[in-house]
Order: sequence, then C-alpha cells, then structure tokens
Amino acid sequence: MILVWPVIIPLAAATLLLLLRKWDGLVRWGSVAFAVALLFAGVVLLDTVLRDGPVAAQLGGWAAPFGITLVADLLSAAMVLITGIVAVAVTIYGLTEIDRTEGWHGHHALVHALLAGVCGAFLTGDIFNLYVWFEVMLIASFGLLVVGGTKKQADGAVKYVGLNLIATLAFLSGVGLLYGIAGTLNMADLGLRLEGRQEETAVLVSAVLLLFAFGAKAAMFPVFFWLPASYHTPSVTTSALFSALLTKVGVYALIRVFTLIYDLDVPLIQSILLYGAILTMVVGVLGAAAQNHFRRILSFHIISQIGYMVLGLALATPAAMLGAIFYLFHHIIVKANLFLIAGAARRMTGSEELKLTGGLYAARPLLAVLFLIPAFSLAGIPPLSGFWAKFLIVDAGLQLRDWLSVIAALGVGLLTIYSMSKIWLEVFWKPHPDGPDAVMGKVPLPMLLPIIALAILTLVIGLAAGIFVDAALVATEQILNPEAYIEAVLGAN
Amino acid sequence: METVLAMLTGLLVAAGAYLMLSGNLVRYILGLALLSNAANLVIFGAGRLTKANPPLIPEGMKEPLEGAANALPQALILTAIVIGFGLFCFALALAYRAYYALGTARMDSMRIAEPREDS
Amino acid sequence: MNSSLILRTGTRALVPVFLLVAILVLLRGHNEPGGGFIGGLLAAICVALYEKAFGVDEARRWLRLPPMTIAGIGLAAALLGGLWGVVEHGMFLTGVWPLYEYGPDGWTGWPVGSVLLFDTGVFLVVVGVVAAILFALEEAGIPEDRPEDGEEHS
Repeated sequence: MILVWPVIIPLAAATLLLLLRKWDGLVRWGSVAFAVALLFAGVVLLDTVLRDGPVAAQLGGWAAPFGITLVADLLSAAMVLITGIVAVAVTIYGLTEIDRTEGWHGHHALVHALLAGVCGAFLTGDIFNLYVWFEVMLIASFGLLVVGGTKKQADGAVKYVGLNLIATLAFLSGVGLLYGIAGTLNMADLGLRLEGRQEETAVLVSAVLLLFAFGAKAAMFPVFFWLPASYHTPSVTTSALFSALLTKVGVYALIRVFTLIYDLDVPLIQSILLYGAILTMVVGVLGAAAQNHFRRILSFHIISQIGYMVLGLALATPAAMLGAIFYLFHHIIVKANLFLIAGAARRMTGSEELKLTGGLYAARPLLAVLFLIPAFSLAGIPPLSGFWAKFLIVDAGLQLRDWLSVIAALGVGLLTIYSMSKIWLEVFWKPHPDGPDAVMGKVPLPMLLPIIALAILTLVIGLAAGIFVDAALVATEQILNPEAYIEAVLGAN
Repeated sequence: METVLAMLTGLLVAAGAYLMLSGNLVRYILGLALLSNAANLVIFGAGRLTKANPPLIPEGMKEPLEGAANALPQALILTAIVIGFGLFCFALALAYRAYYALGTARMDSMRIAEPREDS
Repeated sequence: MNSSLILRTGTRALVPVFLLVAILVLLRGHNEPGGGFIGGLLAAICVALYEKAFGVDEARRWLRLPPMTIAGIGLAAALLGGLWGVVEHGMFLTGVWPLYEYGPDGWTGWPVGSVLLFDTGVFLVVVGVVAAILFALEEAGIPEDRPEDGEEHS
C-alpha cells in the first residue's frame, strides 16, 4: 500500500488545489502541506525498502505481468524521497515568488500534477505506464511553462513542446515494437523474455528508439536544444523544479531500462551512450561558457552534468554505476539550489543579465556564501558532494583505462569552475553598475530557508559521503542484479 | 496486410517529417499529428493483424468467444490517442498564442527567449 | 453574436439529444464500447455548439461552474473511485460493486460502483478541459506583460 501514496498524495493535492484556487492563501500553504506529506511518504517508503528489499504492489489486484505493477527498489525509493525534498523546498520558495494571478492560473495544482508524474515514473514497473507518467509530467510542465503568459514564455514553450513531443512519439513507437517482440509490457517480465535476444534487429531498433526518447528527456547531445531555450523563461520556482527533476527522470529511465530490459554490453548501444555522454558534457559546458545570463548558464550546466551521469551508465562497471547514482542524487539538490539562488539574486539586483547585476557580496554576504556552496559542489571541489560524485566517475574511468572519458570528465570540471567564477565575479564581486544603492530589498525568509536547507544538505552529503556512498552501493547492487526486483514483481518461481 | 501497414506508416512518417522541416509552426504541429498516427499504427502492427472476433464477452457467458482478438494493442492505442488529443490541443492553443504574442509563425524568427548575440 | 438563426435554433434542439447520447454512452461503457472519455467528448461537442451559437459568455453561464472547476470535480471523483478500492480491498483502483452480487441466479442487483464513479470523473474531466481550451482560444488575448528582466524591483 505504501507504494501508492507517493502518487496519490500529489494527485489529490493537484485536484484539491485546482478546486480551491480562489482562496490564494489556503492554496499556497496547502501546497506546502501536501509537499511535506509527499516527503513523509518518501521517508516511509525508503525505510520499508531498506528493511525489506524491493517491494511491489499490483494495481487493482490484477496479477503481474497482466496488470500494472508499482515497484520500488532502493533507487526508486531514494528518488521519491529526494523528489519530496525538492517539492518542499520549491513550494516554500513559491510562497513569496508566485503571485496571485499565477496561483489563479493553476500554478500550485500543476506543481503537484508534475510531482505525481515524476513519482509515478519512478515507481512504475510497466513500460507503457511509464509512458503515461511521462505524459502526465509533460502536460503539467507545459502548463507550468506558460503560467504567467509573457512573450518570452510563449517562445520558450514552443520549442520545449515541439521537441518533447517528438521524443514522446519515439518512446511510444519503441514501446509498441517492444510489445510486438516480447508480448508483454511488464519491465521485469520483458527483462526475462529478452534474455539472449539482445542482438536481434527488432530489439536493437526498439532500444535505439527508447534511447532517443530518454536521451531527449534527459537533454543529451544532440537532442538538448529544448532545455536552454526554455528553462530560463518561467518563474524561478518552476525552473528550479524542472532543473531538479525533469532531466533526472530521463536519466532514471535510461538507467532502469538499460539495466533491466536491455543489456549494456551490446556494442552499438554502449558506444552511442559513451560518445553521447562525452559530447553532452563538453557541448554543455562550452555552451555555458558562452552565455551571459544567470539562469541560461545554469541551464547549459544541467546538460553537461547529465553527461557525467550517462557516462557512469555507459562505462557499465559497478563502480561507474555507483558514481552515476550518487551523481544523480547530488545533482538534484545542488542544481535546484543554484536556480533558487539565481531567483533571489534577481530579486536583489533586478536582473539576470550578468552585465546588469553586481554588488551582491558587499550587500548580502550570506547569500554570497550560500551561492559558493552549491557552485563549488557543482564544480567538484572537495569536500563537497560534487567532488565525491566526480571522483567516483573518474575513478571508474581510470580503472577501465578509458582515458578519453577521464580527460573529458576532468576538463569539463575545470570549465565548470570557469562559469561559476564568471557568475561569482559578475553577480557578487563587481560593484553594481547603477551604484551600491541599486541592490534593493532583503531576501524574504521563505526564499532564504530552502536555500539554506539545501546548502546544508549539500554539506552533509559531502562530509558524510561514506553513508551515502554505502547506500548508493546497495542501490547499485540491486540495479545490476535485478533478481530481487523481478521476484518482487512476478513473485517467487 | 502487414506490408501495406508498414508502407503506410513509412509514408506518414515521411510526410510528417516533410511538414515539420518546413519551418512554419502550424505545419510543424500538423507534422507531429501525422507522426503520432504513425506511432499508433506501429503499435497496431506490432500487436499482430488477424481476422478475429471482437474481444467482448457475450450476454450470459463468462469468457470471450473462441478466436477473440487481442484487445491490448487497441487499449494501448486508445490511451495514446487520448493523451495525443490532450497534447495536440495544448500545442495548437500554444501555437495560436505564440503567433499572437510574437507576431510570427516562422520558427526561425522566434528569438525572444534566445536573442541573437550580435543584436 | 452574429451566428445564424438556423444555427441557434438547431443548437437548442440538438443539445439535449447529444447530452442524452453522451450519458447513454457513458453508462454502457463498462462492458460494451463507450465509456467516460467518449461520452465526455460527446458532451463537449454540446458545449462547443452552444459556444459557437450563443457566444462564450452565454456558454459560461450555461455551464454554471467554471470549466476548470468541472475538471477538478471530475478528477476528485475519479480519485475517490480509486480510493474506494483502497477502503474495501486494500488496493488502489480495485473495482467495488456494493449493489451487485453473484448468487445462484447469476449476477443480480445494480451494476453500479467505483468503476462508474471513475468513469463519471473522466467524463467531467474531458468536458471541463475541452471547454476550458475552447473558451481560452475564443477569448485569446495577450495579458499585460509581466515586468521583464531589468525592470523588476520589489
């Protein structure tokens, strides 16, 4: 039963918040309350999975592989928990940022609809159901992207919608082919039935279609253009939510599908993933270096960081997979925090264009320190969480003597420092172009709290990395040896 | 029959791609609609084409007739059509709005969110 | 509104028929072709016809509730239909048939239960969402721009 709650809570939240959207104050706080409930459900789920191993539930009582199965191993449960953390941070931040009109247009309900889609995607054990949750997430994100209705948002949304719909159709075709090949849609069952058939043409075609679809969702090279075109256009709350969760669902789906259903040691798939990952890292970080807009720099950095995670998957050793999973967790926290800080900085200095900002270190030193924590973590400076994430990936590359990916990973880390120091110099260090009085207002408490909380979490993950790496190790073992997962879904044979 | 279906799917994808490459937002969305129909046909074909009875349980019986069709591909297609319906409603509304707001339906001219560096 | 007399009179006559068919399709949906989505689309045609004949304001009055509220009620009904299964059988979405029993004479009673509640929810969601999109398109205008970068001070 616990498996259903992370989906039902945000769905119920979306419904209630939609019906009550006239009562603005109630809806704001209700949104926070439901996010806290989701976080709580995530904690209980993680606790259950840590104690009992993978758990599964059959929706409507229809036995697997015929019905829709919800299933959680440690990776899914941890992703749900971290979704809850982001949900709480973002809804609290939204208390001040989202205005009454945006609330009336359904912002709060859409946030929870998005969370329902994300949690559903993490928990489902059925590939067509995964498609449905992707669509729930996609529709909600379409709505969130245009709430507010500025020209910029319309422009960004056109590109976001146009490119994501192609990925969706590729996903659907891939699922159709997979059903034609194996006659089942249950992912655990698919894994069993495709054993020894991995080299068949039809299987490879479906694998490449799914790879394209998830790659586009995760913003891999060369299908990432929708991301930097749209992520800087909506409210900061929305772009923090997107940056933390949407691309990660793509990465999660890649990890799940290419370990459970397909084998990674098929040369075609592995080389696409490997070179795709390296190009993603490099192109993303170079794109970021060319930008002069706070949130656009961060958007390009999402792309380059996605490259690291996919690289971990592509190297396909247990050590590399461990790195990818650890990277996934670390990156959600850090990236959401950076976007939230970008919003606070805009509020203080009046702009996100680096040229038009400045003076924040002198005026708001606390915010400056809070920026340094996730920024250094993103760049991989010890002892912050990003260092361990990069260390694990690079170490796995060294073990394989895959010099190309090691060099790419280290070089991209250096260039990340370049972009972060550019933001530091322009936004925080240099004086404001309109004089010191141009920095206005204080950071309101609901904006500051989530930023501080996420920064502390980054520090904790960095300083107590051992605990988190151990947990990620268990998750990796469950991913690479899915017997327990399959048994939870299909029952013991 | 499978051959005809496969050729039809290919034709739809080709026509969809042609429309999508034209650079006009409305044609792009129409192209997507063709592509989504092609995806539905893929599922239809993948579910095997057979002459069979409708998968309904007649009045007074407990199981479907002998040789009933596999209902699952059709259920999948129906779900995909429903979702596609929602997505395309949104996409069309968005296109209308973007045309209204930006004054153009040519995608090359939509540069408000990503302004040119030299301007 | 400058629609023709024929359209307006025709609408008055056709809307009750469409609604009846929509509800019939909804009710027969569980074991025969039909169901909430198709029924909802048929009902949405009524809204579209009404809106074309009498204008958006009149159609909004005719619906009484705002479209998104109708969709919200539908979503709530569907969710409750799912949760009913949790209460009775401990699993989300399991069908519950309180008035329908299997005895020596076969199935007796009314085949009414959580599935119909779910389907009615879908029906309302479809009507609400289609109406909302239609009205939004008909009234499409661009609101005042939010303060863009460089102007926002608060």
